[in-house]
Amino acid sequence: MSMSKQRSDSDRVSRRSFLAAGAAAGVTALAGCSSITGGQSQQERAGVAGETLTLTTTTSTYDTGLLDEIHSGFEEMYGVTVDAVAQGTGAALESARNGDSDVVMVHARGLEDEFLRNGYGVNRRDLMFNDFVIVGPEADPAGIQGMGSATDALTAIADSQTTFVSRGDNSGTHTKELNLWEAAGTEPGGDWYQETGTGMGEALNVANQQGAYTLSDRGTFISQRSEIDLTILVQGPIEGGPESLANPYGIMAVNPGVHENANYDLSMAYIGWITSPGTQDAIADYQVNGEQLFFPRAVSENPDFQQYVPEGWSSDDTEE
Amino acid sequence: MSLDATVHLLPALVDLPFREGYVRSIVYVSLYVSGIAVLLSTLFSIPVAIVMGFTDFPGKQVVKAIINTGMGFPSVVVGLLVLFIVSNQGPLGPLELIFTKEAMIISQFVLATPPITAISLAAITGVSDNVREAARALGGTRLDTALVVIKEARYGIATAILAGFGRAISEVGSVLIVGGNITSAGGVSKTRTLTTAIQLEARQGQYDTAMVLGGVLLTLVLTVNAIVVRFGDAGSMNR
Repeated sequence: MSMSKQRSDSDRVSRRSFLAAGAAAGVTALAGCSSITGGQSQQERAGVAGETLTLTTTTSTYDTGLLDEIHSGFEEMYGVTVDAVAQGTGAALESARNGDSDVVMVHARGLEDEFLRNGYGVNRRDLMFNDFVIVGPEADPAGIQGMGSATDALTAIADSQTTFVSRGDNSGTHTKELNLWEAAGTEPGGDWYQETGTGMGEALNVANQQGAYTLSDRGTFISQRSEIDLTILVQGPIEGGPESLANPYGIMAVNPGVHENANYDLSMAYIGWITSPGTQDAIADYQVNGEQLFFPRAVSENPDFQQYVPEGWSSDDTEE
Repeated sequence: MSLDATVHLLPALVDLPFREGYVRSIVYVSLYVSGIAVLLSTLFSIPVAIVMGFTDFPGKQVVKAIINTGMGFPSVVVGLLVLFIVSNQGPLGPLELIFTKEAMIISQFVLATPPITAISLAAITGVSDNVREAARALGGTRLDTALVVIKEARYGIATAILAGFGRAISEVGSVLIVGGNITSAGGVSKTRTLTTAIQLEARQGQYDTAMVLGGVLLTLVLTVNAIVVRFGDAGSMNR
């Protein structure tokens, strides 16, 4: 196997070795299996080299291929390995809550704010954005094409009882969808409303099979457009659609004060790297099928204090 | 998928639509994780089956019932339980096993152990009483008798091990939860197995890659099953 495996193995051993003493014998034996492959010299290197960063993130950043594209730059710069786990925003934050990841990259501000307020996340930065689009079959049975309002479009879909595929997985996209239904004043339900409980790509496939509508982030839709027959019927703000379909991504380190074994140093190195001008340019340059998927947002001349704190937070707030 | 789409995909199969080394590393992880898990399961299961096959103790039927129930454990439930155990907040949290091959080995160990134990036990108890009596009549000690019985049951035990391997390598639920389906940025699998890779490729709509991986997995499982069948034949001929 390659260097990356050796690195991660030796890292695991070094982080774990002093803690392993009291553990169950069988499992220690298992862990021992992997220690054989890791070289001693790796452990003696200074700094973060050889360590592994666990990033839990959403299916949209992963399935579009963005992370695979940019991560090799970070891995080379620091001599580390990034383990990207694509889970959906809700699950990604839950993994971080349990101390199972070091840094989270997600796209549901409400859930991120709750995460921050509960003390699990620190050093949040705005990372990038794209937008959501409402996609559906070309025939457009609910007649939503070109509507300027996402909530009007959802109301029209509900009124016509055309099949709508929902992620139903507590992801960022699902959260956005539920917020839109609430804003539309419609309680979705009935045979026409189908929760798939899967990632965006799969939800698009399901919608495609059934000639149904769904809400998708633009990135995943573009990266999959050649495989499916759905088309964009309501545009997001990037193409002049309503601001309610904006899709901002944020990144946060797991609070080392809550989870002391979180790899905070490397998390901050990662956040620094991904919000740097060079990486932000790489994000802007990343294209699928000739289209830009993500728009960088971290580099700005002007201060933006809102990105560091939960929305609506002010120093006058009483203790939470 | 419709037949039409399948036909449409056939040319794509020839192009090998995946990154170099990607499939190889996935096959390696699958074999490594399932291989070690089954090895450990075997080391655990065979002694248990031998003890249960040669002794009577109170509660033996209960243990048997538990093993038989274990053969039907849904892999996602096992994955969930192992997640709670290896998660940072769980009892093995300090070992930092979450999202590693070791965590996947633990869950596949739990999955493979019941079938290996149950089938081995059936093979051992299935050795005819005549064999035992003959061994005893020839002046064999208890140990001699046990060795003769195990020798007779060896094909059944081999079948058990391969059945356990078949279960381990084709399950998707638990390795997805505890392994995280991780590859490095360079496209080298860390905890991505054939099954979780197929799940991911299907999610991304990359059915061509998914089908290639599916073909590899099917070939592996069919090979293992063919070996099982051969062992079974050899066993019956032997008798």
